[in-house]
Amino acid sequence: MAGIKVFGNATSPSTRRVLLALHEKNLDFELVNIDLKDGEHKKEPFLSRNPFGKVPAFEDGDLKLFESRAITQYIAHRYESQGTNLLPADSKNPAHYAIMTIGMEVEAHQFDPVASKLVWEQVIKNFVGLTTDQAIVAEEEAKLAKVLDVYEARLKEFKYLAGETFTLTDLHHIPVVQYLLGTPTKKLFTERPRVNEWVAEVTKRPASQKILKYHH
Amino acid sequence: MVVKLFGQIKAGNPQRVLLCFLEKGIEFEVIHVDLNTFEQKKPEYLLRQPFGQVPAIEDGDLKLFESRAISRYYATKYADQGTDLLGKTLEQRAIVEQWMEVEANYFNVVVLPLVINIVFTPKFDVALVEELKVKLDKVLDVYENQLAMNRYLAGAEFSLADLTHMPGMRYIMNEAGLGSMITSRENVNRWWNEMSARPAWKKLMEMAAY
Repeated sequence: MAGIKVFGNATSPSTRRVLLALHEKNLDFELVNIDLKDGEHKKEPFLSRNPFGKVPAFEDGDLKLFESRAITQYIAHRYESQGTNLLPADSKNPAHYAIMTIGMEVEAHQFDPVASKLVWEQVIKNFVGLTTDQAIVAEEEAKLAKVLDVYEARLKEFKYLAGETFTLTDLHHIPVVQYLLGTPTKKLFTERPRVNEWVAEVTKRPASQKILKYHH
Repeated sequence: MVVKLFGQIKAGNPQRVLLCFLEKGIEFEVIHVDLNTFEQKKPEYLLRQPFGQVPAIEDGDLKLFESRAISRYYATKYADQGTDLLGKTLEQRAIVEQWMEVEANYFNVVVLPLVINIVFTPKFDVALVEELKVKLDKVLDVYENQLAMNRYLAGAEFSLADLTHMPGMRYIMNEAGLGSMITSRENVNRWWNEMSARPAWKKLMEMAAY
């Protein structure tokens, strides 16, 4: 059996999304380190795995994929009966599944663009010796606050974003949330009681703790 | 019971869903949401879509938003009806999902601001538009390569991964005046010509009456 391989960097949020899914499922895998500082992701042989030159790329036997959210969905379906169920409890019900995918789209289009900018300004720039632009931070925090208001209302009705159980929708948020918890932006979570509880719940999961082993 | 789509027939995101309905032969009704008067930001509409964007759907008791989530739902629920948009195996579906992610994270992320600037902003940021065109060029180079080896993005068959591109591609070929970026690439050009010849697309163009 050729096994599962992840080609990525253990500090990258996108790579971590995939690692989270694998850990939640207790799956054996090999993490092949791609040296981002060295531009390894923009050269062959990595480009043959992802022509857009971004980590992660993924392999399960003959199947080769890129895009973290496509990879996690594949893992959730292919290994549905193993480890944590990352799909809705009634996954064959298309309507329940659709509710989960709405949350996945919201994470990708409403949450991530803003939250990632905040990670860039406050975490990555610090790490590479550049100065945080506080004006951008203020602007993006205002946008994130509006998104989190929608989340607060949602989480008043349900324990997790897609319903009563932990799913891919929650998982996709975790890597960026973890980085933001190390910045002043953390206050946007702590100010909202249900969001705050949800953040605590999802970040204390054993898989979420495992991916923090590697850090800047 | 006919599914209601809340949006505008000429708007890009609703067009994704309408195209899915047309490919699958699903009956629908369009409830017009007037984007010119910001109807989508009013309290009644926010109950349907908390971020104040179109489209949203209502199908009996089921209410959904996010055009790609809605399209996936109908493509799954009506898998055996009309065009197969998701592939027959789990592995094939994963590849369709991969290219749907590409559309969202690489294509749309560039085309949307390009269209907003060139088509909808009287005095647009020229430097930004040039920057975006360079990015789009790079994305289309990857597509050119992929489509040299595959008839469609995810393989031999038309799928949701191709469909989700079509509203944005239409803007590129028309109002945005960037058609040469497509016609100058043999395989991307072939891909667009094949897709836009599909009966479902022609029907959508008829409905939109540009």
